[in-house]
Amino acid sequence: MIKFFENIGRYFMLLGKVFSRPEKARIYWSRIGFEIEALGFNSISLTAIISAFIGAVVALQMAITLESPFIPQFMIGYSTREVMVLEFSSTVVALILAGKVGSNIASEIGTMRITEQIDALEIMGVNSASYLILPKIVATVLFFPLLTLFSIVVGIVGGFAIAAFTGMILPGHYIEGLFYCFEPFSITYALVKGAVFAFIITSISAYCGYYAKGNSLEVGRASTRAVVSSSITIMIFDLILTQIMRV
Amino acid sequence: MIRADHISKTFDGRTVLDDISVEFDTGKTNLIIGRSGSGKTVLLKSLVGLHDVDSGKIFYDDVCYTDLDFRQRKDIRKDIGMIFQGGALLDSSTVRQNVRLPLDLFTEMTEGEKRDRVDFCLERVRLVGADHLYPSELSGGMVKRVAIARAIVLNPRYLFCDEPNSGLDPQTSVVIDNLIQDITKEFNITTIINTHDMNSVMEIGEKIVYIHEGHKWWEGSKDDILLAENPELNDFVFASAMAKRAKSVAKL
Repeated sequence: MIKFFENIGRYFMLLGKVFSRPEKARIYWSRIGFEIEALGFNSISLTAIISAFIGAVVALQMAITLESPFIPQFMIGYSTREVMVLEFSSTVVALILAGKVGSNIASEIGTMRITEQIDALEIMGVNSASYLILPKIVATVLFFPLLTLFSIVVGIVGGFAIAAFTGMILPGHYIEGLFYCFEPFSITYALVKGAVFAFIITSISAYCGYYAKGNSLEVGRASTRAVVSSSITIMIFDLILTQIMRV
Repeated sequence: MIRADHISKTFDGRTVLDDISVEFDTGKTNLIIGRSGSGKTVLLKSLVGLHDVDSGKIFYDDVCYTDLDFRQRKDIRKDIGMIFQGGALLDSSTVRQNVRLPLDLFTEMTEGEKRDRVDFCLERVRLVGADHLYPSELSGGMVKRVAIARAIVLNPRYLFCDEPNSGLDPQTSVVIDNLIQDITKEFNITTIINTHDMNSVMEIGEKIVYIHEGHKWWEGSKDDILLAENPELNDFVFASAMAKRAKSVAKL
């Protein structure tokens, strides 16, 4: 328990270092661009594949489950949209990215720690925490909401494709369902969740890597810790945000 | 000049440095030698500020480094260059980007000035033409030379080297040793080298400090070391049969 609170304390102290005044803003801008490509653009294909298949599966499952004359067909489109917007594209995609991006960040920074690259930056007088972590946080917080939006669109298109392909539902009904009882705030809710989860994934993973000690085994452990801790924290904040924002 | 005044450091109750006082001279290659685990790396990292000492003071010329906080140390840190054992080059950056980084962060030079300065440093370490390569594409000796180029790019007044020859063949080791010594003389900097390579000691050891079990055990020059009577130092320096023969020849 003491270790847990010690980690929380160290995490917030690290955030204090991360958000202290940068050495030269211009350098940070170029690093943010690099991180957007490394952490954001490189996650597009994974997000697209998973979202398209989940959208298709949700639509298919709904079509099978709601096969009743008393339930209108447009409910399939409606359900697919709700699943994608409210939970899948923000929370589940974040969990998947915690595995991909989180482990990447923790192992990269962990390796830099054990090979003394972070010490080298400190010797130069560079605030290593800010230099290494801040661009990653800014990049993911800016890009992950876009990824969430992209996932929603791809998932819905996936559902539409399966509807059209199997003929289990008329495409017109599916589209009607997409606009049924649509609450624009739900998109805001999804985007906010995307940004918060991005912060959680990046900061926790960076923390795990930054304090890695020892050898390559420790980097592996730091990477695992990053994924587990980020995933649990995402679930806790999913609950909190849902309660606060209630769509 | 760098001076340590009665510095001590413990890790988890184990004393690694015990009341060490030593002065390192400007314009000389100062060597810290000792067995593995004797505390020489901790001493080097304490001098440079990567470890905070438990007691004692460290002075850079007349400035007490230990009394400064992170921000106040920044000015001195810009005068420090350090070569790490493994080079510690940023893996995601090319040779040129690694050498250029301190210029980007701490100077207002124009692009042209930065390019010229990087070219000069790469030429100085004889690495022209390798500027587009990544650290993973370099040999051990090249990594060390890039680390030296990065360490001198801001014209440091103090240069720290943590086992610069580890993992290098004897010929490359001599090249690196001579390069460090040349740079020390050329820019009149205070260089402190942490090593257990006896070739380096005999080649460039102008001032040598022997650390044994966390204590300063002996201090002198490469000429003194051959005639020293300190048994622990002799066990360390003349561990090989060839070195023993060299000592007996020197005594004659």
